[in-house]
Amino acid sequence: MNDEARIRRQEARGIIKKSTKKLNNESAAGNSDFLPKSNEKKFWNKKMECMKEKDMRAIQSKRLVDLVARVYKHVPFYRTRMDEAGVKPSDIQSIDDIVKLPFTNKTDLRDNYPFNLFAVPMQDIVRVHASSGTTGKPTTVGYTKADIENWKEVVARCLTMAGVGKKDIMQISYGYGLFTGGLGVHYGAETVGCSVVPISGGNTRRQLQLMSDFGSTVLACTPSYALHLADALTENGYSLKDMKLRTGVFGAEPWTENMRLELEKKWGIRAHDIYGLSEVMGPGVAMDCIHHCGLHIHEDHFFPEIVDPITKQPVPDGQEGELVFTTLTKEGIPLLRYNTHDLSTLNHETCLCGRTSVRMKKITGRSDDMLIIRGVNLFPSQIEHVLLEMGETSAHYMLYVDRANNLDTLELKVELDESQLTDTIRDLQNLSRRIEHALNSATGLHVKVTLVEPKTIARSEGKAVRVVDNRKK
Amino acid sequence: MTIRQLSVFLENKTGYLNQVLAILAKYNINIIALTVADTSDYGILRAIVSDPEKALEVLRAQQFSVRIHDILSIEMDAAPGTMSHILDLFTAAELCIEYVYAFSFGSKSILILRTDNQDKAIEVIKANHMKSINEADLR
Repeated sequence: MNDEARIRRQEARGIIKKSTKKLNNESAAGNSDFLPKSNEKKFWNKKMECMKEKDMRAIQSKRLVDLVARVYKHVPFYRTRMDEAGVKPSDIQSIDDIVKLPFTNKTDLRDNYPFNLFAVPMQDIVRVHASSGTTGKPTTVGYTKADIENWKEVVARCLTMAGVGKKDIMQISYGYGLFTGGLGVHYGAETVGCSVVPISGGNTRRQLQLMSDFGSTVLACTPSYALHLADALTENGYSLKDMKLRTGVFGAEPWTENMRLELEKKWGIRAHDIYGLSEVMGPGVAMDCIHHCGLHIHEDHFFPEIVDPITKQPVPDGQEGELVFTTLTKEGIPLLRYNTHDLSTLNHETCLCGRTSVRMKKITGRSDDMLIIRGVNLFPSQIEHVLLEMGETSAHYMLYVDRANNLDTLELKVELDESQLTDTIRDLQNLSRRIEHALNSATGLHVKVTLVEPKTIARSEGKAVRVVDNRKK
Repeated sequence: MTIRQLSVFLENKTGYLNQVLAILAKYNINIIALTVADTSDYGILRAIVSDPEKALEVLRAQQFSVRIHDILSIEMDAAPGTMSHILDLFTAAELCIEYVYAFSFGSKSILILRTDNQDKAIEVIKANHMKSINEADLR
């Protein structure tokens, strides 16, 4: 890119200070093995990714003013919310005014199912994605042509940040379909010019066979599936020598720094965390660079805030709270201050990689009870809803989450209702199967159902404990 | 034609079966026949007892899931081939056996069975003049 060449020349002439001073970067990744090779493109959009804070805020301000005017005019929900909060579009003059706006939550998407939060007529929507919702109804998102272009752009930035480029063969093992993971990464990978292998999720043997035969250099999937694939190498007759993999683009579920190190060791690759959620866009909202010191948020599109989980007041950089996004450019389903309930912190310091974009810490947990199972969002209330709707068991249950061969497993223990007891085992097995089937329809997940005796699941006096999560941290 | 059978839901836990038996013993309820159908997670204890109503009451009081079902019972001759012959008759009537168990009471050999169509099974028993057992025969 001309831009980049110019900056390199300026660096050489000493116009731009070459070495960024070390700034509170949590990771000590100074290892030159992990620095990009000279033939790798360093930035996809250097202008936006390395913009001065003042200039970025000017762009954000302009986009916010435009966004608020748009949603106030076209989305009755936002108009009502803003009127209730006593905020007029004219009150929003700059990005600093964002704190005046009301929050949006997942329940709002559900209440406006399927298309009532869309800000454009259906004829301008070119794609719909959906994720499972809390009461059987999915939450739906819609994209205009421009939204898809922006999505491609941000995923392209993410991939470039991870050193992925046109010479790479990218195996995309995220699920394709209503889930945003597969198609989201797919379009971005094509944009940077990767040779894309859209294999989608599942079928471990085939994944490894194609990875070996095609010489895939990049794997995109959930981190737990990447671990599962690594562990399945030997039993399927492969070794690392058969693989050309060099980079992992892992996301759709929270994972720890330790898991990153384990994946890098097991595969001999660089592993990157791609963050996103379908409500905000899908994968590509943020990504960690080679220094792994927080995920760079594409803040010209997604404006982040961290708020206190109780008071919902913004907190300063470095303080943990709920991550909130405002979609500055989205047309299909723009969101004002959408509370993700993911817990994180923000850091506005310039990164070692040269990007000035705000960084979010790897997600450390959630402020609500949502579980992420194999990349699928699950609220315990969804389980409860299915049980109550069926009415064939008591509503007392306990959900056990575990990880077997690096894949999440779910077991539901539910108290048998005496009226369902017969003298044959088959009736009970049919009951378990019916519940498993109903849960699968509602959540898309396989849940093993075990019937237990009445009154054996602990009753709690305060907030009911419905989930035991035994997955290793 | 039928007698009452207790069905108790049992989780697979060490010592659990005996908890049921101990309760029955405590209330002086005699077990005439007993069988357990099991899966990896749980089983159903089926029992013919001297006082089913009382057994239901005391087990429920201890939080067990218990039901009483009416079940077919037939007296058999204590001779080789008797049970096979009886099952032949049910098969000929296209009845499917869901479960079966047998026990002796005094000098009697008794067959307990559940088919997929109880009314039809009763017709078969009557038509072939099989001797059915009632609860009074087991006192």
